[in-house]
Amino acid sequence: MENLLGIVIAAIFINNIVLTKFLGLCSFFGISTRVKTAVMMGMAVTFVATCSSLITWLVHRYFLVPFHIEYMRIVAFILVIASFVQLVEITIRKLSPPLYRAFGIYLPLITVNCAILGVTLINVDVERYSFPAAVVNGFATGLGYSLAILMMSGMRERLEISDAPSSFRGLPLAFLTAALLALAFQGFSGMVE
Amino acid sequence: MKVQEFTKGILKRNPVLGLVLGLCPVLAITTRVENALGMSVAFTFVIVLSNLLISLLKRFIPRDVRIPTFIVIIASFVTIVEMLIHGYSPSLYEQLGIFLPLITVNCIVLGRAEAFASKRPVPETLLDTLGMSVGFSLSILVISFLREFFGTGKVLVFGHQVVPGLLSSPATGMILPPGAFLVMGILLALLKKARVI
Repeated sequence: MENLLGIVIAAIFINNIVLTKFLGLCSFFGISTRVKTAVMMGMAVTFVATCSSLITWLVHRYFLVPFHIEYMRIVAFILVIASFVQLVEITIRKLSPPLYRAFGIYLPLITVNCAILGVTLINVDVERYSFPAAVVNGFATGLGYSLAILMMSGMRERLEISDAPSSFRGLPLAFLTAALLALAFQGFSGMVE
Repeated sequence: MKVQEFTKGILKRNPVLGLVLGLCPVLAITTRVENALGMSVAFTFVIVLSNLLISLLKRFIPRDVRIPTFIVIIASFVTIVEMLIHGYSPSLYEQLGIFLPLITVNCIVLGRAEAFASKRPVPETLLDTLGMSVGFSLSILVISFLREFFGTGKVLVFGHQVVPGLLSSPATGMILPPGAFLVMGILLALLKKARVI
């Protein structure tokens, strides 16, 4: 039995998916200009990461392993994630058009967000988690992503009106901000074994 | 067939430093020049072959399912390169770790498939993807060189010391995650200042 709380703390702070593991960086820099959109993206990633961890763990254990085709995991996982995201998109569009308008444009982006494929691969390849641990890890990774993108967007909103040298405006300053954030997160390393 | 399809990827529309795409491997595996070389080879293999196949098949791929089709084609080539590296260089396989399978969701590869290979003939696609590969490789080699040099004080490639140890007390932070963001931010600012990209 793994320590589930330890996994949560590790996924959010110590091995933060964005600032320590360098996953999901394209959306991290691309969508972090406004706090509102960052919150929506964080929620979408958390939801998809949790459900994808659940489905891919089952696919890996009950389909890939019995047939000895673990080497097909990349193709299988990306297909599962892509079809799941498509399914969620269609469901939301039917059930709740306002939610779809708020959420909809971020969902397709998530299919090619490496944080999702990354966390599913970490679950089965690197850590070899049990089923509950894998789902909890997916959820906590999503929370870690939300925390990072929320902090980043808050800072970038302020930086936009700051008096920075012209060559540093925009992305260069965002990278330097991320460097400082990553430096702060280094302080958590070694907290949980 | 024009030469500029090749050269645009190197400087003007450099995928990493110009378009700022495909950042995950760029920042994660650039702790050593050796890893960057391995990543460049794997990336070139995947982007060139998958886009050639997509360009060949573009008439047969229905528009509505083109993105899933592209992803499956790319994922297949990633699986091939993963097996090859696992077989021939287990140490490199260990070093690249999860970032090798994650070439599948690299925005540059899918971006070229969607924006270029699915619309243009095969020879142009070959030039375009080769240019993008050179641009990507140059960017990650520069970043990894800076990080390894300032982070460890020397640059080792396959056991040969390329740059003599100049720094007596290297800044270890450069090979930790913050150093990656720092190098990238300063490089982007310098390029913006010089108006190269």
